[in-house]
Amino acid sequence: MRSLFKFLLRIHFLLLFILIEIFSFSLLVKKNNFHKARFANFTRQVAGSFYTKANKLKEYLSLAEENQRLAEENNKLLNIIESTYKSDEIFFRSINDTINNQRYRYTTAKIINNSINKKHNFLTLNKGIQQGLRPEMGVVSDGSIVGIVKGVSDDYATVISLLNLDLRISSKVKKNGYFGSLNWTGKDYLTATLSEIPLHADIQEGDTIITSGFSSIFPEGVLVGYISDFEEKGGSFYEIKVKLSTDFKKLNNVNVIGNLLQTEKIELEERL
Amino acid sequence: MIKFFSKYLLTFILLVFLQVFILNNIQFSGYINPYIYVLFILALPFETPKWVLLIIAFALGLMIDLFSSTVGMHSSATVFMAFLRPYILKVISPRDGYESETLPQLRYYGASWFIRYSAILIFSHHTFLFFIEVFRFSSFFATFARVFLSSIFTIILVLISQYFYRKDTRK
Repeated sequence: MRSLFKFLLRIHFLLLFILIEIFSFSLLVKKNNFHKARFANFTRQVAGSFYTKANKLKEYLSLAEENQRLAEENNKLLNIIESTYKSDEIFFRSINDTINNQRYRYTTAKIINNSINKKHNFLTLNKGIQQGLRPEMGVVSDGSIVGIVKGVSDDYATVISLLNLDLRISSKVKKNGYFGSLNWTGKDYLTATLSEIPLHADIQEGDTIITSGFSSIFPEGVLVGYISDFEEKGGSFYEIKVKLSTDFKKLNNVNVIGNLLQTEKIELEERL
Repeated sequence: MIKFFSKYLLTFILLVFLQVFILNNIQFSGYINPYIYVLFILALPFETPKWVLLIIAFALGLMIDLFSSTVGMHSSATVFMAFLRPYILKVISPRDGYESETLPQLRYYGASWFIRYSAILIFSHHTFLFFIEVFRFSSFFATFARVFLSSIFTIILVLISQYFYRKDTRK
């Protein structure tokens, strides 16, 4: 013990120097926005590259399931195409107008990190600014909602998962259009709460909940889940338990939705 | 003793004010920002305990930081420079070592010793500072040009200040 103190005393100059430098750097990174952003970007890149490696292994193990899912999706898409070809009207219109009227653009991305057991869950995607991702884009998987892109670096993006107490999604009951705000319960990864639905709305267990499209992040009609239970709350509103249609435990590939008209809509709304 | 401290305290305040209110507002062509405040670390007596040196350097850097809202930048660079000072003093010491009752100033050890001493420390300080400021190595040569030009200006200012000292003490 004594020799330890002697040793510390001998190198006290170096030790103090290192301590003060660490302190200054922590101040630097915490207080200056530019340095903070550069530091966050750097850590995101490093963490992202590690997650990619870990994910490659995980991906290999779930290849069969993934194949099955892709086959099903292919099937569904083929069906849609067939049905469009049957009607001449839609066919022609789609050729004339798709490019001008395109409002949402989809990009596929792969999840390389995911968590479901915290109160504020985040996902990491393997695409970033260079692949066209921007903050505030919606993320869906197989037509059902996953989350919203929060931060992007050159090659990676972080997504606020729907399983995050801070995220509220504007959603509505599909059959009659009553809308409210959906928020995760924080308990298990399968249930969320839809609030602000008035008592006179006619709802039943099993009704479908979809996004309302008011937020300019998600298009209208992205599947959220199904009503599993509801009760009166506070006199004039229902509190509805929603069973989420996305299984966050086995997410792998997702689609990122870019709204091409988002800035236009926000600008218009801010002008009020 | 009190006179001794008050002299250094006055220099400290004077240098911070000079740096913050005059030199920080001067921009020669975007490449040259002299940082005269490091003169305070250069001018501390030889016998200053090493740990005091670091703490003074941190306080000085932090003062400049608070006024230019770059918390941590100047303080880390100044502490780095203070850390180097004892080693540099050892490396470039004259043959008979440093005499007591003398200060690291031009009039005691001559121009060539003083220029070597201040140039090494100022250059290391500026290198550290400017690289911390841009926080990347990609534009290395542009940053290096800034370091080089600013160092030259700071050294010139520090040399001029030495002649002020001289007049001061003779009075």
